[in-house]
Amino acid sequence: MKYSLIIKIAVALLLARWKQTTVAAVGVTFSITMFIALLGFMNGLNDLLDGLILNRTPHIRLFTEVNIRQEQPIHHQEEFKSGHNFIHSIKPTNSRQAIYNSKPILSTLAEDERVLGVAPKINAQVFFTLGTIDITGVINGIDPTAEATLFHFNDYVIEGKAEALQTVSNSIILGKELARKALAEVGDIVQVITPQGERFSLKVVGLFQSGIQEYDKTQSYASIKTTQKILGKDSNYLTDIQIKLIDINLAPAMAIEYAQRFGTLAEDIQTGNSQFETGSFVRSLISYAVGVTLLIVAGFGIYNILNMMIYEKMDSIAILKATGFAGTDVNRIFIFIALSIGITGGLLGLLLGFLVSLGIDQIPFRTASLPTVKTYPVNYSLFFYAIGFTFSLITTYLAGLLPANKASGIDPVIIIRGK
Amino acid sequence: MDIPVLKDISFSINKGEFVSVVGKSGCGKSTLLYILSTMDTDFTGDLLIDGESTHGKKEKQLAHIRNEKIGFVFQFHYLLHEFSVLENVMLPGLKLGRYSNEEVEHRAMERLKTLGIDTLARKKANQISGGEKQRVAIARALINDPQIIMGDEPTGNLDKRNSEIVFDVFKQMAEEYKQTLLIVTHDTLFAHNTQRIIEMEDGKIIHQ
Ligand SMILES: Nc1ncnc2c1ncn2[C@@H]1O[C@H](COP(=O)(O)OP(=O)(O)OP(=O)(O)O)[C@@H](O)[C@H]1O
Ligand SMILES: [Mg+2]
Repeated sequence: MKYSLIIKIAVALLLARWKQTTVAAVGVTFSITMFIALLGFMNGLNDLLDGLILNRTPHIRLFTEVNIRQEQPIHHQEEFKSGHNFIHSIKPTNSRQAIYNSKPILSTLAEDERVLGVAPKINAQVFFTLGTIDITGVINGIDPTAEATLFHFNDYVIEGKAEALQTVSNSIILGKELARKALAEVGDIVQVITPQGERFSLKVVGLFQSGIQEYDKTQSYASIKTTQKILGKDSNYLTDIQIKLIDINLAPAMAIEYAQRFGTLAEDIQTGNSQFETGSFVRSLISYAVGVTLLIVAGFGIYNILNMMIYEKMDSIAILKATGFAGTDVNRIFIFIALSIGITGGLLGLLLGFLVSLGIDQIPFRTASLPTVKTYPVNYSLFFYAIGFTFSLITTYLAGLLPANKASGIDPVIIIRGK
Repeated sequence: MDIPVLKDISFSINKGEFVSVVGKSGCGKSTLLYILSTMDTDFTGDLLIDGESTHGKKEKQLAHIRNEKIGFVFQFHYLLHEFSVLENVMLPGLKLGRYSNEEVEHRAMERLKTLGIDTLARKKANQISGGEKQRVAIARALINDPQIIMGDEPTGNLDKRNSEIVFDVFKQMAEEYKQTLLIVTHDTLFAHNTQRIIEMEDGKIIHQ
């Protein structure tokens, strides 16, 4: 069967009723526009909120904690073995906060195919000396390159450069609030004292703003080497190993696996942050629900126009069938009409949706906690466009199916007798 | 309850014959024609077209038979107003797909010329007179060189002059091109000018 002929007839019918078909197509355009704009905006928000916590949080964190030994001397005494011993006020002795064998662990992780990247870290409690008073703070010893690629560290450095941590010796990046309290600016020198009483001078090479004020009040960043020097530890000293996985969903299982394998504690991202995922899911769900509802309404529009066309064109359908067009040909004509309404309306909707997204993207949206965000966030993922277009095709096809079947079932004898 | 409209119908038409069917209103002429045209399949017995049985054929196959072998002219013209006169004539030819689009167009023009309406080819189908429309419908029926042309009171809606034109066209078809024609009519004058008259009464053929 020649499709060109079917298309020719379909186009003629479309043009004969172009006003109604335009209205039907506009319905599809409108719903797809809304769908794209809504999904783009909602997912932009999702990304933003995810970015606030999830992007900066390792999928798995390996660390050790100061622990009380389970084995106490009394357990080795024969005479006390039979009873139950209550011991109070046990103190840890000589415990290490560092991860044992950090080097082999790092090389093992580097070979693990499920791992996207690893960033070692040292957590060091210090005091910042401001004249005569000391305030407590934390120096995070990091690898700036790994931190930037895995946890978007550079996004939060609002002054100076993160790379300077590596190029300038004894350098530090202060939290914005901490710097404000210390009256320190980029280029200044700050004094820190370690819990062991060592005094150290560090050059401020940058400021960062994480978006969480409490955090910015106490935190600072230095290179791993500098931090090891401050603490007086060797180059194996690491307190945390942060792991980012290729598939975040594997985190809980892999955390258990690593804890056993490396003899450290391991924490996965899902355990602490499940509420974020729920929020994202609900926002996506709402967008899809609104989009699909609009499309269904548009589908009824298409259903109506096709039914009207068929009612008006009974005679034409009858003569087409009388002169040799089969039911399937008539069916295809009307499915083609429905799909062309859907495709035109859908493509226009994608374009308009994109334009509306661009518009939303221009609306100023400033918040102190998010230094990198200047306008409302929009996600331009092609996935939404693909989904939107597929939805428009499916709904218009379904809307066209019933009328098309009705048209193909028309008995020419009944029509011709009726005249 | 089923009431049979036609009973014991058996006849054949030879190639090149110009046959008319007459009878009182309601005697079953149209019903007979629709059955012969393969559009109405609700009957018992068999229908042979070009020596081939149509019994048990699928809707699509019957549509193809109509397309290829049968030309129709109804009381009403049934032209598609979205298309030009020429395109209306071409449609069944394009559907058959035996000739290229250009050839189909050429053949359509030939037929319009034979019917003396080639000057209307580019006009929209709703911009011509009733008599002209019926001639366009005849040209459409002829486009695929059908084995037979069937007409259900093709002159029923026309005035005397246009009826004569249409009759002359049919006669010319029969004599010059040996076109087989089966035309239902109430017009006795029309019927008497055909080669053979089939007379019906109460769903039966009483004379042929
Ligand atoms: N759809 C139908 N259902 C039931 N009976 C029908 C139907 N169509 C026609 N009939 C009956 O079949 C009989 C034959 O009808 P038909 O249309 O073939 O007559 P006709 O000879 O063509 O009449 P006319 O000259 O008025 O066109 C009539 O008695 C009519 O009432
Ligand atoms: Mg009749």
